Amino acid sequence: MKIGTPKEVFEGEARVAMTPDSAKQLQKLGYDCAIEAGAGAAAGFSDAAYKEAGVEVIKGAAPLWKAVDIVAKVRPPSDTEAKRLREGQTLISFFYPAANEKLMELAKSKGATTIAMDMVPRISRAQKMDALSSMANIAGYRAVIEAGNNFGRFFTGQVTAAGKVPPAKVLVVGAGVAGLAAIGTSTSLGAITYAFDVRPEVAEQIESMGAEFVFLEFEEDQADGATTGGYAAPSSPEFREKQLEKFRELAPEMDIVITTALIPNRDAPILWTKDMVEAMKPGSVIVDLAAERGGNCELTVPDEKIVTDNGVTIVGYTDFPSRMAAQSSTLYSTNIRHMMTDLTPEKDGTVNHDMEDDVIRGATVTYQKEITFPPPPPKIQAIAVQPKEKPKELTPEEKRAQELAAFKEQTKRQVGLLAIGTVAVLAVGLVAPASFMQHFIVFVLSVFIGFQVIWGVAHSLHTPLMAVTNAISSIIILGALIQIGSSSLLITVLAALGVLMASVNIFGGFLVTRRMLAMFQKS
Amino acid sequence: MDFGFTIAAYAVAAVLFILSLGGLSNQESAKRAVWYGIVGMAIAVLATMIGPGQGLWGASVVLIALGAAVGYQLATRVQMTQMPELVAIMHSLVGLAAVFVGFNADIELGRVATAFIGEGLPFPRPEEVSVEGAAFAKTFTGFAAIVAKKTAVEVNILRVELMLGIWIGAVTFTGSVIAYGKLAGRVDSAAIQLPGGHMLNAAAAAGSLLFAALYLGGAGSWTLVLLTLLALFIGYHLIMGIGGADMPVVVSMLNSYSGWAAAAIGFSLGNDLLIVVGALVGSSGAILSYIMCKAMNRSFISVILGGFGGTGGPTQEVSGEMIAIEAEGVAAALNDADSVIIVPGYGMAVAQAQQAVSELVRKLRAQGKEVRFGIHPVAGRLPGHMNVLLAEAKVPYDIVLEMDEINDDFPETDVSIVIGSNDIVNPAAQDDPNSPIAGMPVLEVWKAKQVFVSKRGQGTGYSGIENPLFFKENTRMFYGDAKASLDKLLPLID
Repeated sequence: MKIGTPKEVFEGEARVAMTPDSAKQLQKLGYDCAIEAGAGAAAGFSDAAYKEAGVEVIKGAAPLWKAVDIVAKVRPPSDTEAKRLREGQTLISFFYPAANEKLMELAKSKGATTIAMDMVPRISRAQKMDALSSMANIAGYRAVIEAGNNFGRFFTGQVTAAGKVPPAKVLVVGAGVAGLAAIGTSTSLGAITYAFDVRPEVAEQIESMGAEFVFLEFEEDQADGATTGGYAAPSSPEFREKQLEKFRELAPEMDIVITTALIPNRDAPILWTKDMVEAMKPGSVIVDLAAERGGNCELTVPDEKIVTDNGVTIVGYTDFPSRMAAQSSTLYSTNIRHMMTDLTPEKDGTVNHDMEDDVIRGATVTYQKEITFPPPPPKIQAIAVQPKEKPKELTPEEKRAQELAAFKEQTKRQVGLLAIGTVAVLAVGLVAPASFMQHFIVFVLSVFIGFQVIWGVAHSLHTPLMAVTNAISSIIILGALIQIGSSSLLITVLAALGVLMASVNIFGGFLVTRRMLAMFQKS
Repeated sequence: MDFGFTIAAYAVAAVLFILSLGGLSNQESAKRAVWYGIVGMAIAVLATMIGPGQGLWGASVVLIALGAAVGYQLATRVQMTQMPELVAIMHSLVGLAAVFVGFNADIELGRVATAFIGEGLPFPRPEEVSVEGAAFAKTFTGFAAIVAKKTAVEVNILRVELMLGIWIGAVTFTGSVIAYGKLAGRVDSAAIQLPGGHMLNAAAAAGSLLFAALYLGGAGSWTLVLLTLLALFIGYHLIMGIGGADMPVVVSMLNSYSGWAAAAIGFSLGNDLLIVVGALVGSSGAILSYIMCKAMNRSFISVILGGFGGTGGPTQEVSGEMIAIEAEGVAAALNDADSVIIVPGYGMAVAQAQQAVSELVRKLRAQGKEVRFGIHPVAGRLPGHMNVLLAEAKVPYDIVLEMDEINDDFPETDVSIVIGSNDIVNPAAQDDPNSPIAGMPVLEVWKAKQVFVSKRGQGTGYSGIENPLFFKENTRMFYGDAKASLDKLLPLID
């Protein structure tokens, strides 16, 4: 089958869903690849580079859509594009099905299979095709860079001959993928970074990235992030009040604020109000990564950068990934490639659309002229954070008491065993004749010595131990040797066989033990 | 030479044997200890041959020389990976020898009895021995002389002893042959039982008891033959019903049996050295079995009865995905790592990969990395199997550590490599109370920063238990035959 990528038609979109590298990988899966001429130009991939990777370059969007069985792109298809879909064709792109019902209807009526990259379930198996996360990662990084671009000072504090420079203070609100990426970038640039999230379980992740978790004292049972697919759930009004109060307190100190708070299928919550912006120092920067959904900051204007009256810059761009097209295309095309790998279990270049598979089922929005959105909940829950129970620390007294009890127990067991053993031996002695008891004493003592000696054998020498015990258990040869001189022919023959077998064992056992032991060498 | 000298020699030999086992407490003294064993055996055999009652000197020497030649061939030709097979087949020889010696004792007993009755004298010896009786008893030599002096109670005890010797010997014989077959791959290693299962074993055991009672009642030698046949069947059926993964326990158990058989024969022959050595070997095997069972957190009974013990509910679902990795990825991680722990298992032995592993270790250590081995007590098919294989490949023994010594070090380890082992690194043993191996101590490889698992395919391995380790986020699967994979990896380590 042929998989193709058209040039993105959305204005300003620089990303491309196929790179020369990903094309090579797709070819390994058995697919032919095609690309619209100039599709990769904005992301820095020339047509020549594609050709070199064995990709067919097709001039014009319409011929490409016609030529391929699978269309991979970034943005949801425009109406014109969607009309080009045909029966049996598969479209893979971001789709936002909840907001694009009409588009979904159109795709359904055309009979095309549509896979929405934004609907890939958030389970660990699907991480490799989680395009939202890979794009969010880029957005988080770019948000810090964008903030630095608009910020008039260093991030890191310095003491120079020309004077002391204080470090910048950065607050990241929302520690999802984008937030964590922003924290990482900001701390590595040297800024003092604070981070806030409504999910207390991410505090550990925030601290691991080098930021300080802004702690909010509030007693409330937070919904476990795992039950909402790793996203935050809406919080109660009291909690929100408390949270805003904390932000208000922080606002005058912060130089840069990066907000990334999103709640699934809702407008972004307003977390940075007008009065907070007014409280900030002139020259401060706010980057609002939630601008596409209305923004976390009250004053955000989507797709624009504005400067408020008190000199605070608010960046409301919605195309951060596209601003780093080379990087985001590489990651996105890899996500697509992983999706294709899952769709092609046989690696034979044909799609096997398995609706039983959690990941594929979750991402599919139209299939066989049916709308399959919303998907049933995945069978496997995401990122289950299980509450850990810490083992109780024992006080020294308790420990001593335990040891004492263990010692007593041991003594009791040992004495018990000894008593039983003694009684057993005595019982045997009552009935057995003295000639037997002489041998029996030897036997009991030998078993005892055996137990004492063998516990000291090193674990690593267990195999040589078996070989050597094997060799010496051939001591049975003595029995055969005594009998071999018998006047009965049958006895002599059997005894002779016994001697033969036992001597095989003696020599074989000792030799092999020596061979093994000689191999053990110290370094 | 008289008895006194022989017994003195036996005492010396017994001390030497004890020292020989005790010397195995560390690798250096072990090399000396084997010599104690060899000298002890030589003294014992010589003393017996020049002692009273021994005839056919020449034949004995020829037979021993023949046995030596065969033993030498076996010992020098065997591959270290085949060590479990060799040990198993050698156990079978001891078992069979015990059966023969036991039968001889019975035949001798019958012969002496016939002779006495032919002379018109009472046998077994009455309490008040007549002068003729004592004089006639003196005409016997060797073992027969001992038998001739026995009273009725002593004769019965003798019968019990030789029955035990024969029975245990016969079980050891067929059991070891089957164990050998399973280890050598000539018999299907899965647990197989005839219809009737353990009831069949129980029936055979009951039959053995019945024949034993008949034999004691004087029913004749045929009962002994039937008893032997039943014992042979029990040995066969018992070991057939035990799966390949439990082989370490089986082999050490058979080791123990061969010792007890020798001890029982020692009783019937009135030979103290046989009793001493038999008891030493028997207890050694019993302790080894105990250690192996403990390492698997299973009771000895449940191993012998075959299959895994009952579980109390459904096992945890394993979610996630096995992520494969190529040699380049493994090499990159190893080149970056400072500390590496390798956990080998039976898969390494099967693939004969120990030389490649050793080479890998040599290269990594040359770069100044800390490389160590973690050995689970039941890794492989024989207690200590992995240690011997690694020693053969010239891996220094001081970097080969036991599970308890190394388990705490995994969290500080950069890379752990699992080569051909499965259950012994299964986190389900700790996390999932419903897992069939719940509670078994395991090597906590998943605590290392990164885990590579060298494995032939995606299957669940010998025991059929799903291993969540393979699905962990820090685990990468390095598919392929262990040796081929390592050979691919070696040139990439710089």
